[in-house]
This record gives sequence, structure tokens and C-alpha cells, in this order.
Amino acid sequence: MKSFPLISLARSGKVNPKSIEDYLNTGGFEAIKKLSSMSPESVLDEIEKSGLRGRGGAGFPTGLKQRFTSSSCLSCEKRYVVCNADEGEPGTFKDRMIMETDPFLLIEGMIIAAFAIRATNAYIYIRGEYYPSIENLENAIKQCYDKGFLGKNILNIGLNLEMGLFKGAGSYLCGEELTLLESLEGKRGYPRIKPPFPAEKGLWGYPTLVNNVETFSHLPFIISNGSEDYIKIGTAESKGTKLFCVSGNVNKTGVFELPLGVTLRELIFDVCGGMKDGYKFKAALLGGAAGTFADQSMLDIALAYETLKKEGLTLGSGAVIIVDDKTDLKKMMKSILHFFKHESCGKCVPCRIGTRLLLNEISKQNSAEIDMNFLLNESEYMAKTSLCPLGQSPVLPIKSYIRFFKNFQ
Amino acid sequence: MQSLNFNLIKEILMKYPQKKEYLINALHELQNAHPHKYIDDAIMDECCKHFKLTKSQIFGVITYYTMFNTKPQGQNIIYVCNSPICSNMGSDNLYDILKQKLKINDNNISEDGKFSLQKVECLGRCGKAPSIMINREIYTGMTPEKIEEIISKY
Repeated sequence: MKSFPLISLARSGKVNPKSIEDYLNTGGFEAIKKLSSMSPESVLDEIEKSGLRGRGGAGFPTGLKQRFTSSSCLSCEKRYVVCNADEGEPGTFKDRMIMETDPFLLIEGMIIAAFAIRATNAYIYIRGEYYPSIENLENAIKQCYDKGFLGKNILNIGLNLEMGLFKGAGSYLCGEELTLLESLEGKRGYPRIKPPFPAEKGLWGYPTLVNNVETFSHLPFIISNGSEDYIKIGTAESKGTKLFCVSGNVNKTGVFELPLGVTLRELIFDVCGGMKDGYKFKAALLGGAAGTFADQSMLDIALAYETLKKEGLTLGSGAVIIVDDKTDLKKMMKSILHFFKHESCGKCVPCRIGTRLLLNEISKQNSAEIDMNFLLNESEYMAKTSLCPLGQSPVLPIKSYIRFFKNFQ
Repeated sequence: MQSLNFNLIKEILMKYPQKKEYLINALHELQNAHPHKYIDDAIMDECCKHFKLTKSQIFGVITYYTMFNTKPQGQNIIYVCNSPICSNMGSDNLYDILKQKLKINDNNISEDGKFSLQKVECLGRCGKAPSIMINREIYTGMTPEKIEEIISKY
């Protein structure tokens, strides 16, 4: 593996996450200082040139999203930046790492985004269960206000920005951007129909940029070092580093920051030290519950947006759940489908009924009776007709499961 | 049964602007302050006044989000992660053991009133599954033996 600079976890474990001095002494807020010699337009250009794509799961180009939000309603007096810190995808715990170990990095990234789209307010929507992260962010926001990094006329770069922290309360669905905005407005987390996208009509009807924690954490590097440095990392179409969250029976589990394009084999056998004694690698579930299975034949595939897409797989949030030869795959799939049924909000019929039908089918005692065609057809039907990504997701694990393992016998 | 002191409800609500986007943040704090860790009628009524919402709107929010309780809970709440990863690493078993050991009744409270037991989806500690959370403390790499040791401290 070529050497590469750490971006999201550069300070992780090396500084006190509660101290703004530590952050400043390790190059923190250098990017904001640089903004004084840049225009919002040039920041947008730089981020677009970096090729950064959303790290929350969908992989949408960040620069493009920012440009849409910045230009969708020129007469609007308000524009919002929202950080999606509602990390609920099973197997994903990367945003927590950033917030627990380097919360100022997230705030700096959000200030850069706010400058680029000329936003007035920034909100962090965080999982209610992430108590240490909440504590760190509350403290970090306060220190930033005290030192003039938030509030009126930040460092004389012509930006006024108010930041607030809002907590979720245990809904997976609120990690979907439009549902997140509903919840942020203090309502039940029901998905909105799109279009309009948040870039046009988001929070309280104003243009809103919603990005993931990890995405924001890349902006300070891109502005400080320039996009030329950033595009040296990664593959042709997937630039930069990515946090991979490895769980399962490997020797070393956890969050690892690696360049996009690393192979599954390198990740499991080099970085994570291989399988634990007595376990054999069988498959990896990439991207969490709303992800896809990849078996041994896929070990040498590069973990990058374009290569995975070509194989019909997903990178998703960066979750890599290792399945070993002792894993009960039927039980695992049942657990995944139970998860979707539990988290379905019930607003649209295909998802409300569909998630139940899928769970009923897989719960049959006799594996031979489980109708794989039924699972596939029903989940495909849901994918076509459901309102939001939750109902569109069960087809991913089901289809990839059938592809590699045929059935549950 | 104890309820949350009326003045304390007011005091907590005063900290939040009277805008409905602060409702969920306020409910978290109110529930945590309640001796039985749930949102009762008195809290809902005060929230109606403070945020200028109807009770059905507030009830709608409370019942949607799994972190809000509509019924009294034990002194400590044990959350057992039920996500596919933790479940695969043995959390179902832990839930059953706890339920039996703590003698959890139909109201989801242990015989001695000390514990409630809830299943939650993904605590974000998948690297060291299975995980549980007691109140705000996370415990990872749980085994039946470790769990007994931990709950004995509460």
C-alpha cells in the first residue's frame, strides 16, 4: 500500500478532544484562516476539483451538492448547513470515532461548507445514544464561540454562523437526509417525497446542505493542502481516504482510515491481521444492513465506488461485517430483515407490509420452505415503490445473498 | 408513584427557546430527570404550553422515537443491542439471560424495581460485539459471566 496522509483520524488519540488549544497547536483552523483570501466560489471549485464524494453511503459528489445548494435560490435570505451525525447503519461506527476523538475537525469542516454556500446557520443532528460524542461536541461548540470561530464575523472572513446541536431519539430512518430534516424540525421522522431535494427546499423550506460527519472532516484538508494533494490519494474515480468499520471474527476490529481502492483482502488479512483462530472467511457484508454480501471470489476487488458498482456491490457507509464459516447465515439474514421491519416508519404501504412479509418468509422453521423467489420479487417490488431508501434497501442484501449462496440450505 | 416536580419541569423548559425544533432535546432532558424515566401527562401538558403544540402532536413524537418511554421504567435501563452484528455474536442469548435473571415482569420492570430491559438497534460498538448500554454507560464484548458481574454493581 502506498503511503498516504490521514485525514479524518489525523489527530485521533493524539490530542485531547476537549481542548481547542490542542486542536490549534496541531494545525487546526488553518483552513479557516486561508478562507480570508478565498471567495465562496473558489472554495466550491476547490472542493469540486477534489472529487470528494459523500461518505454517508450514497456517494454523491460533495462539490456538486454544495453548488446546487448555493445556487438553487439566490433570493433566499437563509441557507443551512446540516451535519448528519445520526449514524445508525448496523456495523458503522466511524462518525463516532471522529466526534469522540476530534470534534473540532467536524466543526471546522462545517464552517468551510457554510462559507462556500453562504449559510447562516449550521446544525448537527446527532444520535441520542452517542453520549460521549454529544458531550464532546457541546464542549467544542462552546469553545469555538468563546474563541470567535463561531458567531458573528468569524476571523474577519465575512461569515456569520450560528451552530446548534440537536439530538435524535433512536430512529434509524432519521439518518436519511429528508427524514432527518423532518426530525430536526421537531416532528415524527416521516420521509418527505422528493423532489424537491434539500438543496432546493430543505429545513423550513430553505436551501439546505446535508452532509455526513466524515464528509465534513475532509474539507479542512482539501482547503489547507489543496485539491492537488487530495487527488493523489485513492483511485481514478474515488478520491481520498475512507473510514472502514470492521466487525466480526477477525483479529483486529475497529475503524481504519485507508485510501479508497484498498482491496478486501488487504483490509482483512493485512490491516486486520486475518481471521481469528478457528474461523474461516466466508463473506463480507459491505455497507451494513442496507449493504451487499461479497464472498471469497470478491476478495481482490478494490473497495472504491466505481469498481464495486461494476460488480453490483456497494461501499455504503464503509461498514465491513465479516461473515465466517461458523456464522448462521439464515439467522443473520433474519436479523437484518427484522431490523428493517422494526425501523420501517409505516408511512408508505410497500415498506410497511413488505418488511413484514420478508420477515415472515425468512422466519419459516424449515429452511427448504423458504421461497427465495418470493424474497427477491417482494424486495424488488419494494425497491421500485417505496418512498425512501429504507424500503429500497432490503433488496441489496437479499439479491447479493442469492447470488453467492443460492438459498438457506 | 413519584412524578417529576412541577417546578423542575418549568425550570428545564425555560432553558429551551419556544420553538418546536427544541422539543426533542427538551424531552430528552425531561425524561432523564423523571424518577421513572418516562414522559408522563404532566410533562406533555407543560410541553404543549411551552412549544404551542397540541398534545396529539407531542404524543406522536414520543411514540415514534424508541428512546422515549411512555410507561414507567426501572431505576436503571439496560439496552441490549439487537443489531445483526451483535445478534450474530450472541446478544439474543444475553437478553434472555437478563430477562430471566432479573425477573422482568410484563411491565418490563424487574422484580426489585431496579432494572428495565430494552432491545435497541445498533449502539455503534460493532467492533467489540455484543454490546449493551446501562443508562449511559457502554459495555462491550459481553458474555453471560461479565454481564452478571456488571449488573451486580448497580
